[in-house]
Amino acid sequence: MSDDIHVFIEHLRGEVAEITLISLAAARVIAEQTGGEVVGVLLGHDVQGLAAGLAADRILSIDDPAAGDYSPDLYIATLAGLIDSQTPRAVLFGDTSMGAEIAGCLSGRLGLPLVGRCHTVRAADDQIRVVSQICGGKIFVESALPESTVVVSMVPGGHRPDDGRSETAAPIETIPAPAFGEPRVALKRYVEPEIGEIDITKEDVLVAIGRGIQLEENVELAEELAQALGGALCASRPIIDQGWLPSSQMVGKSGKRVEPKVYLALGVSGAPEHVEGMASSATVIAVNTDPAAPIFDVAHYGTEADLLDLLPELIDKVKAAGAG
Amino acid sequence: MAVAIDAERSFTESLEHRLLDIENGERIRACLQCGLCSGTCPVGYLMDFPPHKMIAALRAGMFEEVLSHDSIWLCVSCHACADVCPAQIPLTDGLMTVAKEEMVLAGNTPVELQDALEKSQRYGNPLGESPRRRAAWVEKAGIDVPVMRELRRPVEALWFVGDYASHHPRAQLATVALAKVFRALDVDFGILGAEETSDGDSQRLAGERGLFEMLADKNAKALSQYEFGEIVTADPHAYNAFLNEYPGLDIAYPTRHYTQFLADNLDRLRPLLTGRIDATVAYHDPCYLGRANGVYEQPRRLLEAIPGVTLVEMRHTRQASLCCGRGGGGMWLDGFLWEKGRVRPSEWRVSEAVDAGAEILALACPYEAPRFEDATKTVAGAGDLIVRDIAELLVEAMDG
Amino acid sequence: MNIAVLIKLVPDLVEELEIDATGTALDTTWLRLIINEVDEHALEQALLLKERGGGDVTVVTAEGDGAEDVLYAAAAKGSDRLIRLRGISFEDAPGNHTLARVFAAVLRDLEPDLVLTGVQAHNDLDGSLGPLLAEEMGMPYVGYLSGVQTEDGVCRVMKEYPGGLAAEMEIALPAVLGIQASEEPPRYLAISRIRQAMKTATIVDREAEQPDTTGAPGVISMFTPEVGEAATMLTGADDEVAARIVEILSEQGLL
Repeated sequence: MSDDIHVFIEHLRGEVAEITLISLAAARVIAEQTGGEVVGVLLGHDVQGLAAGLAADRILSIDDPAAGDYSPDLYIATLAGLIDSQTPRAVLFGDTSMGAEIAGCLSGRLGLPLVGRCHTVRAADDQIRVVSQICGGKIFVESALPESTVVVSMVPGGHRPDDGRSETAAPIETIPAPAFGEPRVALKRYVEPEIGEIDITKEDVLVAIGRGIQLEENVELAEELAQALGGALCASRPIIDQGWLPSSQMVGKSGKRVEPKVYLALGVSGAPEHVEGMASSATVIAVNTDPAAPIFDVAHYGTEADLLDLLPELIDKVKAAGAG
Repeated sequence: MAVAIDAERSFTESLEHRLLDIENGERIRACLQCGLCSGTCPVGYLMDFPPHKMIAALRAGMFEEVLSHDSIWLCVSCHACADVCPAQIPLTDGLMTVAKEEMVLAGNTPVELQDALEKSQRYGNPLGESPRRRAAWVEKAGIDVPVMRELRRPVEALWFVGDYASHHPRAQLATVALAKVFRALDVDFGILGAEETSDGDSQRLAGERGLFEMLADKNAKALSQYEFGEIVTADPHAYNAFLNEYPGLDIAYPTRHYTQFLADNLDRLRPLLTGRIDATVAYHDPCYLGRANGVYEQPRRLLEAIPGVTLVEMRHTRQASLCCGRGGGGMWLDGFLWEKGRVRPSEWRVSEAVDAGAEILALACPYEAPRFEDATKTVAGAGDLIVRDIAELLVEAMDG
Repeated sequence: MNIAVLIKLVPDLVEELEIDATGTALDTTWLRLIINEVDEHALEQALLLKERGGGDVTVVTAEGDGAEDVLYAAAAKGSDRLIRLRGISFEDAPGNHTLARVFAAVLRDLEPDLVLTGVQAHNDLDGSLGPLLAEEMGMPYVGYLSGVQTEDGVCRVMKEYPGGLAAEMEIALPAVLGIQASEEPPRYLAISRIRQAMKTATIVDREAEQPDTTGAPGVISMFTPEVGEAATMLTGADDEVAARIVEILSEQGLL
């Protein structure tokens, strides 16, 4: 087994996922302990430009037209071959739509241990410790990084994306693509997101609603507040699933990532899937009656007030103050 | 127990058969098609099939058509229709509830209601709160309320607290007030605490008879462990369940609403009311205390016992009281009603209170305070209207 | 179409979670188990597929408080077979590597065309169940699905990516699918229907094979995060809290 740490560079339609930067930052912590290198693994077609700016010691690139779009079967088979030949100490993926299934299948296929929902890695004495975040962010679990080649799936929150960036370009080593068999899963087409009337990624103020809003009619109250603030309304997954807002207004893992000046979270519990999409907001104000709600961990200001009582007060006061 | 439609009969025949099984159900044959029911119904004008049209459809053998419309979910089981029916047809408990049961059995349940029913199944309360926290209000208020399991002795009054009175932050204020009144009167009482489950009556009226029976069974098991003289509750829906529905399931206990209990103890209560509330007060008759069960006087006697209170009546009062919109599943169909009609019955009621010159709107049902308080914020001229449970007003007068 | 649905029970987050005396597991005294939310979607999707194209739905779960109720509810909703694995309990929070192995042993006999699972569970510590199971079964896997169509042996799925983008993919059967959301919200079932199912449906108990439990990390400790570490809590009456929030918004130059 080598001492190197591999990081799967997740990219979709020409953009590298932020979780890749976070994974690079975590990989650096492990590499410093093992004395190995941080190796970015780039699979795709004509995507070598994406490696620029990544804090890796080197990049392994496998370029093939067949790998141009993500294809589960083909990606998993290719990475399995690579792990077999390179035997890295650890391989890091994002716990995402793409990364989670690759990580799981590799662990199953190669018989490697898997540490999921990894939030933080740190060195402790001679060991590398990993802290996973489970139960909607309410519980953290610390374990030792298993002593063989290990697959890790990363969640955001513990390491800073900036630590995964670098000014220096890492050398790229191209590895020939293996012979691909007929994939059992084939991409047919992309379905573009519905174009909402508003682009929540461009708003300075976002009013976010979660399950705590309780009823559809209360959505209108939140909308009224958003308008009074000159911002927009967004939501966590349950609200979108109810059909109360279009999916273009979903924030989180399967929604949009937003970084407004103020993120006012109303009745949002703060499950990791949601936090992932809004943790970079400049100021987070959370309203939730549950004092143990994980949203308070990422919030700068919080209140346990009942949002349905608070909303009318807030609307009146904001209207009186006038949006600037 | 709700039974699925019999395959050998037509749907309409089966339904009619079920209606006839209900007490006085045969009166449905005596319907004059006068339309009073639909005209009295606060939301009848929004329904595709208000009560008299439902009966017409039943007679025409086309009830499937009625069930293909979702407007039955506008019904808040307020008993207004049943109350005015000259043929005395059990419209609320019979026709409307059976129709809702058919909708639920067919899996045709609005999502909001579905959520409340699932939570009732899972947690024993429609709010989805941890059943362990049923008595969390006691700790929060820092008052001494005995729990039966710890008390280990018979009590005179078993206080059945109810869902909203236990879990809803606004309703809890009235619950704490009532606890203070009980203590001041030195009532020998206890609560079930975490052993208490939803009374299930609103779930029953929302068409989930099976769930109602399941919840009733849980309460029966909890109650059977203890000795007590009677049940006292602040929740008119629980009151209705214990009074009219549980006995049919062999769960029979003498039961009083807290306003009855306190009015019966007025001689001892009156000397404690040393303070004054100089205000014009309008009392809202809850459907399941008033119209459904005929309790009109005791709440008013309590209010009149408070020095300084001038009692006024709203346009719709006593038997003609206007529903707050929360019964019969209405509590869990707010969004549905709003979407269908852009109306909030609680706003109508608050307007009436303002028109009657009331400064305080007095209540006797834990379902109501949050909605009426919301309505004071949206109804013109209602900004100063104070919404209080009678128990809260009594405590205010005791502290004064 | 022979469809199998795997259901996990997970700790209900409505209850406060506490850590036991060993410091490495959740205290089970007050632990309430609940069906993994997305597994409910997986079941709904299976029932939708059956309603559209016919077939059999087999629901498989393991032991745990509430497992029977989950199975009977699944039967009342239209599932054809109910299997409960004995000897493995969700109260012990088994890892997904372990579960994948014991579930695979049962599924091999069933020879399903499709295996549906929820795409994840909130207590997944060693990856999600679907991919691990697919590898055990030698089947392809794709997850984060919000739609599944089958026609003439061809299966088309809608895979969700961040930002609302989705990809339509075709997957060869038999396959394992990780469901994020069913095409229709999971249906409500009247209790009386579930009670009927309790009388008529049969739960088949199968003894789980003694599982190989490797693959999951060894837990050193469990802890709850410091709540509100960073957050300044605003307290007081609603109007005071509202006034403070307005002040904060003003400080940000937004009012």
